[in-house]
Amino acid sequence: MADLKLHGFWYSPYTMRVVWTLKLKGISYENIEEDRYNKSPQLLEYNPVHKKTPVLVHGGKPICESMVIVEYIDELWPQNPLLPHDPYQRAQAKFWIAYAEQMVPVKTAMIFSTNAEEKEKAVEKTWEHFKILEDHCLADKREFFGGEKINIVDIAIGSLFAFLVTIEDLKQVKILVAEKFPRLHLWFDNFKNVPIIKENFPDREKMLATMKYILQRRLASS
Amino acid sequence: MEDKPSEVVLFGSWYSPYTSRVALALKLKGIPFKYVEENLSNKSELLLKYNPTHKKVPVLLHNGMPICESLIILEYIDEVWNHAPKLLPEDPYQRARVRFWANYTDQKIMPASYPILLLKGEEKQKAIEDMEEMQRVLEEGIKQDFPEQFSFFNGNTMGLLDIVMGVNSYNYKAFHEVTNSEIIGPKNPKIFMWVNAMKEHPLMKDTLPPHDKVVAMLKSMIAPTPDV
Repeated sequence: MADLKLHGFWYSPYTMRVVWTLKLKGISYENIEEDRYNKSPQLLEYNPVHKKTPVLVHGGKPICESMVIVEYIDELWPQNPLLPHDPYQRAQAKFWIAYAEQMVPVKTAMIFSTNAEEKEKAVEKTWEHFKILEDHCLADKREFFGGEKINIVDIAIGSLFAFLVTIEDLKQVKILVAEKFPRLHLWFDNFKNVPIIKENFPDREKMLATMKYILQRRLASS
Repeated sequence: MEDKPSEVVLFGSWYSPYTSRVALALKLKGIPFKYVEENLSNKSELLLKYNPTHKKVPVLLHNGMPICESLIILEYIDEVWNHAPKLLPEDPYQRARVRFWANYTDQKIMPASYPILLLKGEEKQKAIEDMEEMQRVLEEGIKQDFPEQFSFFNGNTMGLLDIVMGVNSYNYKAFHEVTNSEIIGPKNPKIFMWVNAMKEHPLMKDTLPPHDKVVAMLKSMIAPTPDV
C-alpha cells in the first residue's frame, strides 16, 4: 500500500479535488484533517512556502498545490485517467481549469460583500464567467466537461461549484440559475450524481455552518 | 493568406516575458516557427479569434489550433515534440516541484514587480520588501529541491523552470536601474549565480530584448499619463 497522507480541510474545494481524485482511482490514503487556526507542525514543514492545504505526502515527500497534486496522482496511478491522452485536449483541459480559477476572487468578493450593490456586482461578474463556460465548453451538449465521463476539468470546476452552493446559502442569492445557464446547471446535477462524487460530496448544512463560523471569526479579528 | 496547417505560429509581443518563454522553448527544441508581433493596443483579428477568452499573447497556433497560456504552451510543446531536450523531468515528483515553482513565479513574483514600478515612497518600499522576501523563499526552495551543483534546474540543458525564471530575471539590471532597487543580488547566491550564467546563454541573448530597450519600456510604464 502506498504511503500516502493527505493534509487538508474537508470543506475546501482544493482538498475536495484531491479526495475525489484518490477515490475515483481507488487509492487508499490516510486523511489528516487540519485545523486552520492551529496548523500542524507537519503541515508547516511540508508547505513552508504557502503554509496551505492540501498537501499530499507520498513516502514522506510533500506535493503542494491542488492541481499539481492531481496531475501527480494521475501520472503515478494511471487507472481511470483524469487528464486527456491527446496533448491538444490536455492543453484545453488545463486552460479551462486555469480559467475557472479566475472565478475564485469574485467569490471571495461575494462572501465579503457588505451591501446589496457589491453582492450584485460580484454575481454579475460570476455570470460572465458562467456564460463563457456555458457557450465554449458545453456547447455540444456534452454530459461532462470530459465528455461521457468526468475528467480533471469536471473535478476542478465541480469542487468550486460545491463551494458555490454554500455561498448561495450564506448570501441568500441564487447564482447558478437554471434558466440563464441550462447546460451548466444540468452539468452540475449530473456531476453530483456520479456515484463516487455523490458519496464524497460535502454535507450542505455542515458546509454552511462551517463557513458561517469562519466568517464570524474573520470579521471578529479584523 | 492561410497558414499551412503543419506550420507553427507564435503570436506575441517583444516585451512580453510570457512570449519570450514560448519562443525560447521552440528554439531550444529546434522547432521552426513563424512569429507574429502583435500590437497590444491594437490587437489583430486573428489574435482575438484564437484567444477570445483572454485576448492575450502568447498564443501558439499548431495545425491551425490555438493553445493559450504560456505554461500550458510549454508543456504542450514538450509533449508534442517529445524529443530531447526535454523541458520537464521524467520523475513525477520532480515534475511536481518544477510545476510548483513555475506557479510560484507566475502567481507571486511576476505580479509583485508592478507595485515596485508604479508605487512611490513607503508603499514602494513595502513592495520591494515583499519581493525580497519572495526571492529569499525562492532561494531556500531552490536549494532544497535542486541541491546538486549544475548549470540548470533541469540538469544539463535548459528546462521549463530555467525558461520561466530565466526570462523573468534576464533583464534584472534594467529593472534595478529603473526602480532603484536591488532585488537580485549576492544575498541570494544560488539564484544570483544561476541568473548570471543564464544571461550568457546564446539562446537567451538571441531571444530576449536588450537592456536599453527594456529600460526604455519600463520607464514608459512609469511615466505619468497626461490628464484627460
